[in-house]
Amino acid sequence: MKNFKGLSLLVSVLLVLTLGTLAFSQEKGKIEIFSWWTAGGEAEGLQALFDIYSKLYPDIEIINATVAGGAGTNAKAVLKTRMLGGDPPDTFQVHAGKELIDTWVKTEFMEPLTDLFQSEGWVDVMPKGILDIVSYEGSYWSVPVNIHRANVLWYNKQVFADNGLNPPQTFAEFFEVADKLQEKGIIPFVLGTKDGWEAGHVFETILIAKLGAEGYRGLWTGATKWSDPRVTEALETFKKMFSYINPDHSAFTWDEAYEYIIDGKGAMSIMGDWVAGYFFSKEYTDFGWAPVPETAGIFDALSDSFGLPKGCKNRDNVINFLKVLGSKEGQEAFNLKKGSIPARTDINKDLFGDYQKSVMEDWQKDAIVPSVMHGAAAAEGWVTEYKDVIALFVARPDVEVTQKALVQVAERAGIAQ
Amino acid sequence: MKKTREEKILTFLFILPSVILIAVFVYGFIAWTGWISLTKWKDVIPDFTFVGFKNYIDLFQNLRFQISFKNILVFTVLFLVASIAIGLLLAILLDRKVRFENVFRSIYLFPMAISFIVTGVVWRWMLNPGTAITGSLGINMLLDKIGLGFLKSGWYTDPNVGIKAVVIPAVWQMSGYVMAMYLAGIRGIPQELSEAAQVDGANNWQVYRYIILPLLQPITLGAVIILTHISLKIFDLVVAMTGAGVGFSCDVPALFMYDTTFRGNFFAQGAAIATILLIFVAILIIPYLRHGLKGGS
Repeated sequence: MKNFKGLSLLVSVLLVLTLGTLAFSQEKGKIEIFSWWTAGGEAEGLQALFDIYSKLYPDIEIINATVAGGAGTNAKAVLKTRMLGGDPPDTFQVHAGKELIDTWVKTEFMEPLTDLFQSEGWVDVMPKGILDIVSYEGSYWSVPVNIHRANVLWYNKQVFADNGLNPPQTFAEFFEVADKLQEKGIIPFVLGTKDGWEAGHVFETILIAKLGAEGYRGLWTGATKWSDPRVTEALETFKKMFSYINPDHSAFTWDEAYEYIIDGKGAMSIMGDWVAGYFFSKEYTDFGWAPVPETAGIFDALSDSFGLPKGCKNRDNVINFLKVLGSKEGQEAFNLKKGSIPARTDINKDLFGDYQKSVMEDWQKDAIVPSVMHGAAAAEGWVTEYKDVIALFVARPDVEVTQKALVQVAERAGIAQ
Repeated sequence: MKKTREEKILTFLFILPSVILIAVFVYGFIAWTGWISLTKWKDVIPDFTFVGFKNYIDLFQNLRFQISFKNILVFTVLFLVASIAIGLLLAILLDRKVRFENVFRSIYLFPMAISFIVTGVVWRWMLNPGTAITGSLGINMLLDKIGLGFLKSGWYTDPNVGIKAVVIPAVWQMSGYVMAMYLAGIRGIPQELSEAAQVDGANNWQVYRYIILPLLQPITLGAVIILTHISLKIFDLVVAMTGAGVGFSCDVPALFMYDTTFRGNFFAQGAAIATILLIFVAILIIPYLRHGLKGGS
């Protein structure tokens, strides 16, 4: 018995010692990069960034911590547990705007990056519109790697040409086109709604169409009331649009549903321009694009960015990585694959395809509005509840009830109605 | 044999670490969750202002919660009845001394060894109904081919079916496990009992109805408890297979809890859902534990 007690004492002492050394040992030569880029296009874009980084810093091992799920639905949950648990990844993908500022900056989880912005000269080469949404109280908080446009109507060019159709510019035209396509046995409107955010995305673009840039911005600040008759109109339009959708929409994620368009079995869809990246990765080039009906001249924007969390383990490596992200070379390499456009305006436009060139032009001249479903316009709590109300509307298309619910959701978010 | 004083202390010391760990990491966290559910924490920064039962009241007025709660009740009832019926049937069939019994037993039991995530992904594709343009897919295609086309359904993409479609893979996965429990139970019943009944002139049906089934009651109770607690907290299968579904027709409280807590930052509301789930599981388990402890002593 005595021996045994001695042994257990020895074991516990050793255990304490080992744990102690583990905690104190410095990890060197690593960087953990956290994102939700796993689908075609975005994964390649991320890899392109890694390649540049590895060339510059060959000794550093990159840990690619991805959590699948469009719009970061799952990744954000994992990130939250890690941040709150005091185990932040070295750097993580976050939507610039309210999602960054309200969730992580106001709560003091991030380090300001103003010095980096100045020393790298980003303040001069990034447009004011994007710098504004990554700043809070006079400091910059994350490095935007791209700009995405959310209000894009995608269509299969071949299908449109075969049936003598033009991309619709108003919703009246949209429904005319849809009727014709349906007669031909083609799914007029394609969407995958499995992850729950896709309907909210489509509805946001319809809100922009019906309210205009100013009216839509006002929804998130209180200047426009959610009880506005134009919101009712948007709900009616959305309801009608969903009567043309592929009936198995809830079986697919956004990218899976796009097989219908690639195969020519479906004709149109509304989604952000990560779709372009997806089409590139599938080597499908016969796609056409137009602004969502009635939103020409408005750019529904979102931006992916990376920041520097307080207490990350490899701070120097992160700063180097952020430099790559903000560099001309990095932004070009990433966005060529991702389908978005660089946040910098001094890049070589000739490298990019027709689609991205047209977006770059629009970015310069359109009215910019923040995307809600992608974290730019409202705090995460509001976005989640907005998403749920719209997801419910898809199955129970009661306009009056839904509008009331949207009003309540806004009130709960602290915006008087 | 009497324990010496030293042995008693030693026993106590050996149990102590696990007692402390369980006290902190199970009961401590349960208490913490209960407390959180009474506060107004709805940001990544905690806010411990006490608000009483407001979160619970809000929750029961929340349409998504109402739907998901109804869904979990429907799911639990269907899942229980189907798993137990199929499990019992398989066990009785296997007990008839079939040839290759081991092979069949393994086949029925295998699904249980698979993770719900894998099951969910596979069944998502199998139960994808397809559209008028692609034609029927998966199970629907099979039904068409064997001339049972009238049984086709939109499965989980049809809001009227919704969660009921998720019952199918759940039963597929767990009925083999129920079978194993019943099979062990049947084999544990002394042969003499049924033989005696047969001597008295009972036919097979009567042997099962009046001898075997009544003696399997404890097994049924065990199966009900195990399946119900799996069912009430089901999450992975739903996430992998359907997500919340059209208009939340496949939603369950655990999924709503995850959504509202980690996506919406409504930590207090999430804690309230967790507490409600815990209460429901406890209502079920505590009588069973009391019963079991009494029976054991």
